[in-house]
Amino acid sequence: MNTEIISVILILLLTFLLAIPLGKYIARVYAGDKTMLDPIFGPVEKLLYRICRIDATREMTWEEHLVALLTINIVWFAYGILILMNQGWLPLNPDDNPSMTPDLAFNTSISFVTNTNLQHYSGESGVSYLGQLTLMLYQFISAGAGMAMAAILFHALRERSSSTLGNFYNYFLKSCTRILLPISFIVAVILVFNGTPMTFEGKDTITSLQGDTVQVSRGPAAALIAIKQVGTNGGGFFSANSAHPLENPNFITNMVETISIPLISIALIFALGYYLNRKKLAWMIFGVMTGGFLLSLLPTLYFEMHGNPSLTTMGIDQSAGSMEGKEVRFGSAASALWAILTTCTSNGSVNAMHDSLTPLSGMFTMLGMQINAFYGGKGVGLLNFYIFIIIAVFMSGLMVGRTPEFLGKKIEVREMKIAMIVFLLHPLLILAGTAMSSYLLYLHPEYGWLNNPGFHGFSEMLYEYTSSSANNGSGFEGLGDNTPWWNISCGIIMLLARYIPIIGPIAIAGILAEKKYIPENAGTLKADTGTFGVMTFAVIAILVALSFFTALALGPIAEYFSMV
Amino acid sequence: MKNHILPAILLTLCCVVFFGGIYTLAIWTVAQVTPNHGEGETLAYGDNRYSFERVGQAFNRDNYFWSRPSAVNYNAAGSAGSNKGPSNPDYLAQVQARIDTFLIHNPAVKKEQIPAELVTASGSGLDPHLSPAAAKVQVARIAHVRKLDEQKLIALIDAYTEAPALGILGPETINVLKLNIALDALER
Repeated sequence: MNTEIISVILILLLTFLLAIPLGKYIARVYAGDKTMLDPIFGPVEKLLYRICRIDATREMTWEEHLVALLTINIVWFAYGILILMNQGWLPLNPDDNPSMTPDLAFNTSISFVTNTNLQHYSGESGVSYLGQLTLMLYQFISAGAGMAMAAILFHALRERSSSTLGNFYNYFLKSCTRILLPISFIVAVILVFNGTPMTFEGKDTITSLQGDTVQVSRGPAAALIAIKQVGTNGGGFFSANSAHPLENPNFITNMVETISIPLISIALIFALGYYLNRKKLAWMIFGVMTGGFLLSLLPTLYFEMHGNPSLTTMGIDQSAGSMEGKEVRFGSAASALWAILTTCTSNGSVNAMHDSLTPLSGMFTMLGMQINAFYGGKGVGLLNFYIFIIIAVFMSGLMVGRTPEFLGKKIEVREMKIAMIVFLLHPLLILAGTAMSSYLLYLHPEYGWLNNPGFHGFSEMLYEYTSSSANNGSGFEGLGDNTPWWNISCGIIMLLARYIPIIGPIAIAGILAEKKYIPENAGTLKADTGTFGVMTFAVIAILVALSFFTALALGPIAEYFSMV
Repeated sequence: MKNHILPAILLTLCCVVFFGGIYTLAIWTVAQVTPNHGEGETLAYGDNRYSFERVGQAFNRDNYFWSRPSAVNYNAAGSAGSNKGPSNPDYLAQVQARIDTFLIHNPAVKKEQIPAELVTASGSGLDPHLSPAAAKVQVARIAHVRKLDEQKLIALIDAYTEAPALGILGPETINVLKLNIALDALER
């Protein structure tokens, strides 16, 4: 078997094997049980709580959790704007990079607070080192905030009947210190020992062997790259993200970075199982997600390893696969794996340029973001999946003529309304955004923000809004997106698509937690069975296909048929 | 909301210090014990010149092994791919032009021997590597220009071929800069 396929299989196996014990650990962290890292971080957290005047044991209702989340997010947004618009004259700017324009700072600050990491700037020339480190801070805390939301969902699902669901600051800070920080530290250390820079020196000037003078950007990259992978953030240090040879120096770092993408998202599924003591439920969720993931991965591997059909007709040797936008040290298989993982999990880092993927691979990356629940982002992936579960429970209830129940709680009109609003928001934002941009370009062809004509140009716009609404952050980067229209429209979409899909599921979970617990009986729908797993998968497939098929048919599918 | 504002501001400032500051310094400290002190691995060659081992360079002269096409012309202060879609007619014309150029400079090579990576731009624009096939397809040209024995060049390529990680993971690669430095040394 070829060494590229072996590496793909090994990466996936290692990820799954690491996710199970990590999930057990995460469950202990959220349950407040003793863990190995207590002696190190216990005192640190206590100190931080004392400075911040926070009582981390005070119980909060679901409404108060959301208020606390939104308040701190507003502070982050303001602080981000402040730094990014002034980085030009602030310290740690050896390359003299300029401050951001207001619309770009607006977009970038939202992008990092919402865990999206859409980058309409270039890492080498658009941010100072202080800017980079500020964005890195957001990669920790936005991921921690998402995980705190998952912890609240865990808590709500466990309660027989309760109006309070733990403390937001406790879940948030522990997610950052106990989970994100140690894993990022390990990844960053592996990176620096493999040649990723971690320096405050500015650009270096070298003379190439042929005699050209070249400037080489460097910086405190390793620290940022670790958390951008681990926290499903994806915003790279360098413009080319993890395709850059300093950001991802060799195949071993590529494996480590690839494993880091879905690791915590998968671990959270197992954490749910341990936390609720419902391991079968965790395996059901894991099964559905992994099934969906593999159904996207296998065709993408096939298409990328078979190369671009248009180049095949030119008669060159494409045995290495489609190499446009890819790096030789990773090859086409590991690049395809990354592309699917990064879009399924809302990460958005890349080790190959998605704009140059073959058409149907490009479609599967978009589908991953349109579903946004096969593993999904830090914490929010599970929240999205929870919405699909609620819809599946409701539909199953209708089919057999029983009151829909999930884990002993009746699902009624109010919860269903919230679930449908959350589900419909995603296609609405993506399709309305793409439609408006397409029409604007039709009215003003001189805007010329597309890098490719025809169907692929449409895909570039569809991808950008899909990525914004999925809080993913990758792009068909040919799109000339640093303009007020794109900065502002994507900024608004990222905001709506971050908070409504958090508020909705937390509200449902909070409302259900307050309801009376109905003990299981013969008529109860069992959520932890294969049958219900298949049902959930069918609901996801049907809803997403109905929402997005027409748009995909105009973009990648049309491009595919134009090439064969 | 009012009683969350002050904790939110204070906690944000604490996070700036803890994650922005202490975490960064911890990684920076670890980097100081690596061989390159976290500044990037360098490679020295003649006249006190040096360069970064992992950052690809433009090689387009006939007496060197060519590196891959780059959308940013190997500008290491502004990495990027071409972001050309697979069906873009301008892009396909560009690839065709690269194939024609390659065939002119390598008359001994047939079109179906040209590996795709030699006529497509890399993701970063700074790809430092080639596959063994992409190096070997250039041997006849270099042997002719430098008046060297082809077998000697093939042996050089084999010597500089890096095996897959742990022998079984990922593709075989060759660092073009190292290969070309060795090529210069071969003549002396």
